[in-house]
Amino acid sequence: MENIQILLAEGKQAAEQATSAQDLDQVRVQYLGKKGHLTQLLKGLGALSAEERPQAGAKINEAKQALQEVLNTLKANLESAALEAKLAEETIDVTLPGRGQSLGGLHPVTKTLQRIEEFFARIGYSVAEGPEIEDDYHNFEALNIPSHHPARAMHDTFYFNANTLLRTHTSGVQVRTMESSEPPIRIICPGRVYRCDYDQTHSPMFHQVEGLIVDKDISFADLKGTLEQFLREFFEEDVKVRFRPSYFPFTEPSIEVDIDRGDGKWMEVLGCGIVHPKVFEYSGIDPEQFTGFAFGMGVERLAMLRYGVNDLRLFFENDMRFLGQFN
Amino acid sequence: MKFSEKWLRELVNPATDTQGIADQITMAGLEVDEVLPVAGQFSGVVVGEILSAERHPNADKLQVCQVSDGSEQFQVVCGAPNARAGLKTAFAKVGAVLSAPDGGDFKIKKAKLRQIESFGMLCADDELGISDDHGGIMELAANAPVGADLRDFLQLDDFVIDVDLTPNRGDCLSIAGLAREVGVLNKAAVSYVDVEPVTPTIDDTFPITLEDSEGCPRYQGRVIRNVNMSAETPQWMVQKLQRCGVRSIDPVVDVTNYVLLELGQPLHAFDLAKLSGGIVVRKAKPAEKLVLLDGNEVELNDKTLIIADAEKAVAMAGIFGGAETGVTEDTKDIFLECAYFNPITIAGRARSYGLHTDASHRYERGVDWQLQGRATERATQLLLDIVGGEAGPVAEAVAEDSLPTASTVTLRQSKVNQVLAFAMPADEIEEILTRLGMIVEQGAEGEWTVQVPSYRFDISIEIDLIEELARVYGYNNLPVKVPTAELNMIAHDESKVTLKSVRNQLVGRGYQEAITYSFIEKGLAAQFDDKHEAKALANPISAEMAVMRTSIWPGLVKALQYNQNRQQPRVRLFETGQRFLPEGDELIQENVVAGLVCGPRQAEGWSADTAVVDFYDLKSDVETLLELGGCAEQFSFVSERHVALHPGQSAAIQRNGKTVGYMGALHPELVKSLGLTGPVFLFEIVQAVLLDGELPRFNNLSKFPESRRDLALLVDENVAFADIRNLALQKGGEFLKAATLFDVYQGKGVEPGQKSIALGLTWQHPSRTLNDEEINEVIDFVVSALKNEYGATLRE
Repeated sequence: MENIQILLAEGKQAAEQATSAQDLDQVRVQYLGKKGHLTQLLKGLGALSAEERPQAGAKINEAKQALQEVLNTLKANLESAALEAKLAEETIDVTLPGRGQSLGGLHPVTKTLQRIEEFFARIGYSVAEGPEIEDDYHNFEALNIPSHHPARAMHDTFYFNANTLLRTHTSGVQVRTMESSEPPIRIICPGRVYRCDYDQTHSPMFHQVEGLIVDKDISFADLKGTLEQFLREFFEEDVKVRFRPSYFPFTEPSIEVDIDRGDGKWMEVLGCGIVHPKVFEYSGIDPEQFTGFAFGMGVERLAMLRYGVNDLRLFFENDMRFLGQFN
Repeated sequence: MKFSEKWLRELVNPATDTQGIADQITMAGLEVDEVLPVAGQFSGVVVGEILSAERHPNADKLQVCQVSDGSEQFQVVCGAPNARAGLKTAFAKVGAVLSAPDGGDFKIKKAKLRQIESFGMLCADDELGISDDHGGIMELAANAPVGADLRDFLQLDDFVIDVDLTPNRGDCLSIAGLAREVGVLNKAAVSYVDVEPVTPTIDDTFPITLEDSEGCPRYQGRVIRNVNMSAETPQWMVQKLQRCGVRSIDPVVDVTNYVLLELGQPLHAFDLAKLSGGIVVRKAKPAEKLVLLDGNEVELNDKTLIIADAEKAVAMAGIFGGAETGVTEDTKDIFLECAYFNPITIAGRARSYGLHTDASHRYERGVDWQLQGRATERATQLLLDIVGGEAGPVAEAVAEDSLPTASTVTLRQSKVNQVLAFAMPADEIEEILTRLGMIVEQGAEGEWTVQVPSYRFDISIEIDLIEELARVYGYNNLPVKVPTAELNMIAHDESKVTLKSVRNQLVGRGYQEAITYSFIEKGLAAQFDDKHEAKALANPISAEMAVMRTSIWPGLVKALQYNQNRQQPRVRLFETGQRFLPEGDELIQENVVAGLVCGPRQAEGWSADTAVVDFYDLKSDVETLLELGGCAEQFSFVSERHVALHPGQSAAIQRNGKTVGYMGALHPELVKSLGLTGPVFLFEIVQAVLLDGELPRFNNLSKFPESRRDLALLVDENVAFADIRNLALQKGGEFLKAATLFDVYQGKGVEPGQKSIALGLTWQHPSRTLNDEEINEVIDFVVSALKNEYGATLRE
């Protein structure tokens, strides 16, 4: 029985010399396996007296357990060293760029349009769209612009024939909406519009967002409040806003809205007004019962102000180097 | 309209400075574009008289002038060719300060020019900032008071205010009209010019017949005999005309222009000797001709109102006079016309002849129909003052029934409150309207009856009056709030895909969004679409923007060209928008989503796949769009030719068998003719089809194992894979869950003209495990169907 401690010490020593999991396993088999040195000692217990047996057995088991713990610890150490070596080998340069398709981007006009749509959608406006090739009635007549009206000269219209044209504003969509639905109406109409005018500051095609609200007791004050809030939210600045009388045949009173972003200069950003009673009459809405306001804004102009773009023509050249700046 | 501030102030002179007035009227709806001083900032310049001008002894182009300032004589060296004895001109004395072209000041000093001393400078217009003219020194009137300060003499402390009037405010197209508005805004009295009727000194009249009294309800004429056409227009009148942007022509025309500017009434003077019979106001006869004052001959149409005499057209009514009957320096007797033409008759006429005149501009917007008498008398008085002569009585032809009537409008306090969300006090309402020239009477409780003056063509209903109230009260002084509304739910169809998610999907796959013009070049449109003749604009801006696109492709391809010309080898673009398809008499305007890819598959990089894109790259992009709606299985790609696409690499995209778009490689001929570096791949799909998806539906998950069998099939290379797959799915029984293509091979080991297709078939039963016998049976069935239908054999 004196052998126990010696065997244990030998076993520990052998284990500590092991350099791999296999070596350790050999030590385990040698000492703790069925025919292992320590296991063999148990077989010698039969030679002892009944009184001595339990004590000696316990000692042997203690030694076995001690050696097993040493083996476990050493095994864990070896495994973690192996793992670390493997991981070290697998180290890569994490600063290399990723693989695969890079991200594209939306056109700045679309970004601006979506932003405007969202402001109004959140307060209950829905988006309405309509045809770009319009008839004279929806583009002019129903908006209180009869054929002899001097305001037609302000529009520089592209025509296909006497009755068919490219819409000069998206107001035709408002007419169509009023014709087909009952108040309350809250819509915004984004889209392409066309004017026969081409120079540094005019594009023959551009984008507009128009809005219309029709309900009982919609007032001039509501118009001012809505657009003032919109402009401040759009620019995310406390812009100064002023309302200047103007003239559009489809609204009365008509207003042009100017903003001052802190440089003391007023810039015109949108047109609006109280819906003209004749426009209601054309569309079958009772102007005594309902009032409303409408507004329209040029999207490119707002995009230029918002992103600092300095040339209108850039929007339609589709230069990848320009478009990529808005990703 | 440009006007002189000084002239305005003769009528109304509020204690407000120039900018103040400009701001005031801008905020009242008369938008001021520009305020410009009529002269630069200078001082010490007087009216000088050249007493003598001698050639400079040492310089050919200089003269030595003796100049008087009225009290003293100065020697001045001058280079202007028009410097001559007797000329009165602008004389900047030593000590005068002029503004330099760079904005600074410079002081006139005693100087020596080629050894001759010079005490001061004789000035041209541009040196004083009066105009850009540098043709010579100023030529002042012969009666200019020598020694007088030039600023005072020429009234140069004045500003030209350019106001951009909206079409509804024809009443402000005159000094009187503007003064009225300024008076209202400042609560200031306006002193309009006094006009006394001229007592006729002769009895002569000229007959007037109104054949078209609808178009011309009132026509006044007056004969003035023995005018002196050699008289000069007085300086003050020339100056006022100039500052309002009107050139002095001759004294008669100047007077008519002056009254036009002063009162807003266009007038015309005929040479009486050249008129025959009498005046007839009528519509032109078809193809009747008239030579206008600018020398151009026009062929009139029968919609045009004209002034004629017994024989011929003599003027285009309200637009332009005729050359033949206009006054000249030989004119002795004149016939002065002053008329009211109906705006609807005149509107659009001038434009239809490519004309736009001061008269047509006013008549289209409406001239005060009660102004003619006053304007005739005013013009007569000025003419007699300037060109002399004897005036006959005013002859008037009038069709009372065709004249407008003074409108009377009822205004309700309740409507004012409703529209403005503001209870404007009654006395304020009455005051504003009265100041605007309206006659306001109290009607029923909370109502007024308002009579509108004859110059306000823009006021006929209640809202017109409310606008006036808001405008004069000040838009920015009115209250501000936001609308209140019921919080109703807005319908939302979950099966719909949003355009936003389509766009974002493409952005996620590396596309940049483009926006190209909706109108393109005709030839280009035809190259991309042989099925529709693109709708052409009647008045295109250029040949490049002449017809409406029937596809977005030409625009995207042009954008590609633009980018390739700027060293951008890798282009991935998409666009959404309308295309315009003429189908018989119908026009289909529908939104489509289109895309283009060209260049390397991935952006250049250390590990990038830099092979150029092919058909299947684009197809994968398209497939992800089709999958957004959750019903990709409804879509199929069918080999189909398209005029713009490579015949072997072009597909119709179909949904349930109906073509909804195309994709493929741009035809190599087009790649070549457009100077592109290919290959280029394109797709275009009807937007509504992409957005129309389906709600997801749950299917029970089977707890039993799947069984998979792989087939390697040899088949003719022209057999479409989709056909093989469809047949396999059809014959594979109800428990066949998937048929996955995992390899396509041609080359060694496969006979030419054949291809090998490796297809993995997976079965699963919902409630039990399928056994090998069952599956083998189905496989045999599938294989024999493929053999019978497509000659497919199992590869050994």
